[in-house]
Amino acid sequence: MVIFPLNMYGATAHFRKKRLVGPVDITIEAEGFTIVMGPNGAGKTTLLRLMHGLQRCSGGGVEWAVPQAKAREKQAYVFQSPIMMRRKVIDSIAYPLRLRGLGASAARTKAQECAGRFGLENLLESWAPMLSGGEKQKLSLARALVIRPDILFLDEPCANLDGRATREIEEILLDAQVAGTRIVMSTHDMGQARRLAQDIIFMYDGKIHEQTPVGAFFTTPTTKEARAFIKGDIVE
Amino acid sequence: MQQGFWDAWKLIITFDRDLYEIVFLSLKVTVSAVIIASFIGLPMGAFLAVFRFKFRRYVIANLNALMGLPPVVVGLFVYMLLSRAGPLGGFGMLFSPNAMIIAQVIIIVPLIASISHQAIRDLWSEYHDLLISMNATRFQRVKALLWDGKRALLTAILAGFGRAIGEVGAIMIVGGNIEHATRVLTTAIALETGKGNLAFAMGLGLVLITLAILINLLIHIVGKTERASTW
Repeated sequence: MVIFPLNMYGATAHFRKKRLVGPVDITIEAEGFTIVMGPNGAGKTTLLRLMHGLQRCSGGGVEWAVPQAKAREKQAYVFQSPIMMRRKVIDSIAYPLRLRGLGASAARTKAQECAGRFGLENLLESWAPMLSGGEKQKLSLARALVIRPDILFLDEPCANLDGRATREIEEILLDAQVAGTRIVMSTHDMGQARRLAQDIIFMYDGKIHEQTPVGAFFTTPTTKEARAFIKGDIVE
Repeated sequence: MQQGFWDAWKLIITFDRDLYEIVFLSLKVTVSAVIIASFIGLPMGAFLAVFRFKFRRYVIANLNALMGLPPVVVGLFVYMLLSRAGPLGGFGMLFSPNAMIIAQVIIIVPLIASISHQAIRDLWSEYHDLLISMNATRFQRVKALLWDGKRALLTAILAGFGRAIGEVGAIMIVGGNIEHATRVLTTAIALETGKGNLAFAMGLGLVLITLAILINLLIHIVGKTERASTW
């Protein structure tokens, strides 16, 4: 089942009459690594939430090649602040598999294999909420990738992590992309965008100002807001 | 007073048959009521936390108000229900332990449901995005919240147990405080107080309090709460 492309047409999101995002028209194809950039309050998180269906459009729409419910089964989302279930690490990773009907022991076996790939093999019996920030984010990624999603959304996953943890997560993401997972991720970190992205979506004031390949974005930005952002100036 | 305590203590260490009969009946009635009320109240609390429906706010407000339900009114209601002229009179349950269990269930369901609703509402606000993102069905969401919130829900169950084990008004009306049939610790205390055996009544009270503390401790130990590695 192919869920791509993802089409957003005139997608708009409001909160108490205040426009957060939109109208947005964009298409996400099956392959690539897209980074969503922009200053605080630009609407990056809301855009990802609209794409994933965590937030309803107040105007326009979001469409996949298959019905929304089917498409949701093939997606995963990693939040900026990891949401830790009050369970052991192994049970947390196994949970999405259990939701999909896998038996308890089969799910735990798969979760154990997955944890090994994320360097969590020594923490399997640890209580998930007691992990460090980097370990929590790695657990979030393991939990998201254990179902082998077609598309993974990440909302600033490295925002509160040190360089080492950030590098480990970047390696995991590149491996996931090679394994066939489409990635859409928001970040403020321009170095990270240069290292990971194939194309950039630049947002400002709830609208997409640029959607270009990564090289073109950093060398020849077309809008003054993007130029100011890249220079590190305050975007106004 | 001292003599009364000594008499009560003697009854305990000599395994007095009548006293232990009362203690076991108290436990049987209360534990049964707590188990039944938990099966009703915990899912009800989770349902109210997760599902949105018309008049939900009013249902929650009423549930909270019912936490203070006067036991004698519940006793009267169950009495009318189970008496021969009542709609369930044919079952012949009045003045039996089953009638006492029914009354206690009615009293503690709102308490368990209300406390569990508060606990699960907090957990739901934390898990909301995650469970929606994972495409969990409504049933799976409720199941996850009940499972992951089990330690907080223990508080709801213990509150229900505390209310039920110390309850006297309703079970006196529907049980009748019949010796060797429906006499429990609280009704025995009321009887002894009425007879003027204040010290003996106080001794029974001590047994009741000790029992409540032991059960609470046991549940905490089994539930592995208050450990450094858990919540």
